[in-house]
Amino acid sequence: MNRILSTAATEFRIALRNRWVAIALILMAVFSLVLSLAGSAPTGGLGVDRLSVTVASLTSLSVYLIPLLALLMSFDAIAGETERGTLPLLLAYPIARWEILLGKLFAHLAILTVAVLLGHGLAAGVALWADETALAGLPALVRLSWSSVLLGATFLGAGYALSSLSRRPSGAAGLAIGLWLGLVVLYDLALLSAIVADNGGWFTTKAFPIALLANPADAFRLFNLTASGATAAAAGVGGAADAIPLWQSLTSVLVWPLVALGLAAAAFRKVTP
Amino acid sequence: MMTSTLTISDLTKRFGEVAALTGVSLSVAPGERVALLGHNGAGKSTLMKIILGLITATSGEVTICDAAPGSPAARRAVAYLPENAAFHPALTGLEHIRHYLALRGESPAQAMPLLEKVGLGHAARRRIGTYSKGMRQRVGLAQALIGQPRLLVLDEPTSGLDPVSRREFYAVLDDLAAKGASILLSSHALTEVEARTDRIVILSKGRLVAEGSLSDLRRRANLPITLHVTARNGYAPDLVRLLPGSILVDGSLHLTCVQSAKLETLGRIAGFGDKVTDLEVLPPSLEDLYSHFSRGAAP
Repeated sequence: MNRILSTAATEFRIALRNRWVAIALILMAVFSLVLSLAGSAPTGGLGVDRLSVTVASLTSLSVYLIPLLALLMSFDAIAGETERGTLPLLLAYPIARWEILLGKLFAHLAILTVAVLLGHGLAAGVALWADETALAGLPALVRLSWSSVLLGATFLGAGYALSSLSRRPSGAAGLAIGLWLGLVVLYDLALLSAIVADNGGWFTTKAFPIALLANPADAFRLFNLTASGATAAAAGVGGAADAIPLWQSLTSVLVWPLVALGLAAAAFRKVTP
Repeated sequence: MMTSTLTISDLTKRFGEVAALTGVSLSVAPGERVALLGHNGAGKSTLMKIILGLITATSGEVTICDAAPGSPAARRAVAYLPENAAFHPALTGLEHIRHYLALRGESPAQAMPLLEKVGLGHAARRRIGTYSKGMRQRVGLAQALIGQPRLLVLDEPTSGLDPVSRREFYAVLDDLAAKGASILLSSHALTEVEARTDRIVILSKGRLVAEGSLSDLRRRANLPITLHVTARNGYAPDLVRLLPGSILVDGSLHLTCVQSAKLETLGRIAGFGDKVTDLEVLPPSLEDLYSHFSRGAAP
């Protein structure tokens, strides 16, 4: 345990010095504030409280931002040690590989959690200050917070896996950005164009829900939009939220971190220093 | 009582078709300092990585203090200094060593004394990013000293160190060896290995081609000795005639003779009296021995 904590403390210090902590906190704070201030316009028309609307906007933001932050923090985790020549040294120490990964995960997840709590706290503060009924949206915000942390864990795991697979940090960074583009941006575009082409056929009714659940980012969005009933405020792929039962998206949100971290452990195990 | 800290028997490692190590056997006793010599690609690093348990051997056996390589007991007993470890530039030397102490279950309070021991006390609180290559190498040495290791595996430990630092470095190693730690180090700087190790092991193309103390190896190789004779003004042509096989280089005579003829040749030169002003005897250098044994290796 001491070894894991020491690894976590060291990683946290590195993230602090590399400004990742500052970047994560500032990004989450600024975007959350902007969204909660700008999210006031549609309130009246939809008849929901201000915080619920903010949560819907924050969900869309988190789908992009959380995976990006997680990948940026994690891509260097193994490849960086390889490049600095410290990986063989570390592996010669009496510490297991899973302990190394867990230590890094603790540090990175702690940073993400603090960033999420800061951003969401600010958003809640603004909403409550402007609208007394906003307390009704608080459960949705809490749900968004913990599922954001799980989404972060998923992409941290993916980042560690990519970092193990590529021998150099530059290669790992490329793979990480590719994964982000693929899962967060292009995946939805591909699905939308497939639906348009399919015109209500087999793909739309059978494959589409599965495709959404299979992508951790989409599952995260689905889960939060379904749970808060805020689908009306969402656009695009999120509009499909009604069609998929809550337990399915919840399962995907809960299982993905484990799968990603399992992949990371498997990829790291294969690394020969 | 344990007879040897490290025992390697008939070790073979293949990477696909390529044989990196073939039938290597070696043992290192407590307190013994062994230098591993070989070209790049001779198998030194592979051998070290197998000893550390970082990669597995194809066949053969390795034991470290009665434990298998990579087992928790072996990892506790072995310290390692990889070649060119750069460490994280954003951390200070002190933070690094504290972390490594924690990984070995030792008190982080020992970090400062360790850094002082390797001469980094003044820079302990500076980031590694500001360190020179030699200073980073000292951080590597400091972490290798943690927790009284039974065996130190040092890959090119003195690369990047200036001559004074090298001397200090070997003094630290001598201390450890005196306390019973075994040391296995690889080096390209043959001259420093010459004075500072008990035994030399030469690897060539993955085979152990020679093993022994320096004088052992000298005797076995039986390489010719070089003599440099400086003649008094004007007598050089005389001496060239008197010493068959000698050549004149910049006013001094260079000749070689086999080990067995050494004393006889010296006697003859002494007999030339005051025609000779100076005489230098150059035994075969470690470089010569090294290339001799490397050439003799099986293809």
